[in-house]
Amino acid sequence: MYALSLVGEYLKNYLKRRLTYRSDFWVEIASDLMFQGVNLFFILVVFMHTPFLGGWSQDEVVFIYGFFMVPNGIFNCLFNLWGFTERYIVKGEMDRVLTRPAHNLLQLVLENLDPASLFGSVVGIVVMAVAGGKIGLEWTWYDPFLFVLFTVGAVMIYGGVYVALTAISFFSDAPTGILPLMWNIQNYVRYPVNIYNKAIRFTLTFVLPFAFVGFYPAAYFLDREHWTAPALWTPVVGAVFFKLGVAFWNYGVRKYRGAGS
Amino acid sequence: MLSAYADLIRIRFLTMLAYRVNYYSGIVIYAINIGAYYFLWLAVYGNNESLGGMTSAQMTTYIAVSWMARAFYFNNLDREIANDIRDGSVAVQFIRPYNYLLVKTMQGFGEGLFRLLMFSVPGMVVVSLLFPVVFPTDPLVWGVFLTMLLLSFLINSEINILTGLFAFFVENNEGMMRMKRVAVDLFSGLIIPLSFFPDAMRVVLEWLPFQAIAYLPGSVFTGRVTGGEAYRLLIVQLAWCAALIAPIWAMWRAARRRLFVQGG
Repeated sequence: MYALSLVGEYLKNYLKRRLTYRSDFWVEIASDLMFQGVNLFFILVVFMHTPFLGGWSQDEVVFIYGFFMVPNGIFNCLFNLWGFTERYIVKGEMDRVLTRPAHNLLQLVLENLDPASLFGSVVGIVVMAVAGGKIGLEWTWYDPFLFVLFTVGAVMIYGGVYVALTAISFFSDAPTGILPLMWNIQNYVRYPVNIYNKAIRFTLTFVLPFAFVGFYPAAYFLDREHWTAPALWTPVVGAVFFKLGVAFWNYGVRKYRGAGS
Repeated sequence: MLSAYADLIRIRFLTMLAYRVNYYSGIVIYAINIGAYYFLWLAVYGNNESLGGMTSAQMTTYIAVSWMARAFYFNNLDREIANDIRDGSVAVQFIRPYNYLLVKTMQGFGEGLFRLLMFSVPGMVVVSLLFPVVFPTDPLVWGVFLTMLLLSFLINSEINILTGLFAFFVENNEGMMRMKRVAVDLFSGLIIPLSFFPDAMRVVLEWLPFQAIAYLPGSVFTGRVTGGEAYRLLIVQLAWCAALIAPIWAMWRAARRRLFVQGG
């Protein structure tokens, strides 16, 4: 309850900040959509030269990409800690956060909330609906619930790995440049994982399970016969990785000594 | 005067050397990108030996060399210039006895040189062990390619400078810089070689400067283009490099008349 009231207060603050720089908000949305547009354009160009990609048709690959956009948008809204080392460790803002009663990670998430990214999720749903309509997907009554469950699981995987990587800042005082890795691995998960070799498939399933962020859950809606089992693991993998990520974060906070500034 | 600019290159190179850890993770990132596109294009080619005027072996080489070239020509001059303009420090630059834009270019060159030696060269070795990359055997091709690479850097820097200078005329050019970045990656042929684009679009892109950044040098390196045609591409690059000087000069002239420091 306490956390929820905090969310409300932080959102109010966010809106006030945003309204002062209105044009920035639209610029951010526009450039975000342009980036997504390029990725979709890439898929369209690729399919001008081949009818299938690893056995998947154009509409199916677009559908997978649309699904990916949904957890991706929510993740970007929640976990916007890209400048964590500079702002919180080097400049010492972490000390301020730690003196307050709410959990430090919750505060960080709320301070850096970026609801503009949710627009990407909305577009993702539209993309899924259009592509799904073209394929003629059949939906059962429980599919919307599964969709929500998969999305939550996917965001938790994303968040868990991201939080763990960000927590490295507590141990190393120099920026490691490891976070952009996250951003680049996304390049893999937007497409059917069966086009990759065994090593990459293994990594994306078990080590950095990003295949559960896009492909596995999306494949469930396209081909239930083959992909139900992997898709249903999404929430479990999400819970495990989020738990691990937060545990590592908490361990890092205990080790944190401040930059001494 | 010339030695002053050479010093700027050296200083930026040494600064980069001090933070080299960043670049080891950078090699991994580029390897990830190259890997992703390698498998993707492998799946696109399927059983086809050749698509869009390129064999699948040429495609692998194209992806590898384009990303490694990007490490060299990529820089944040647009952001640096825009920041200087926004926080007003550009005013100090105006009174110094050198050309501000040339200084920026030299700093970018020092940075690029660092990445070329510490990043692209070892990166290319790693990548060629992982993926079937075919290197050109003719030293002449290497010579033409390296010249084109230098021109890629200059053209990309010119586009960055133009984007950065817009900060003189609009209060916030953040969106413009982001869009430029996406546009350069897509239209330069880094993500998709120009020959794969729909015909109508390709014709337009061939009349834009972006292709000169990645597609033209990549075409020479992969051997998609050989002999006299390679020199023609080199001349196209030279022409763009020269042509882009005019708008930069005009903007720089106009900017000096209306410098408006926000906050100060």
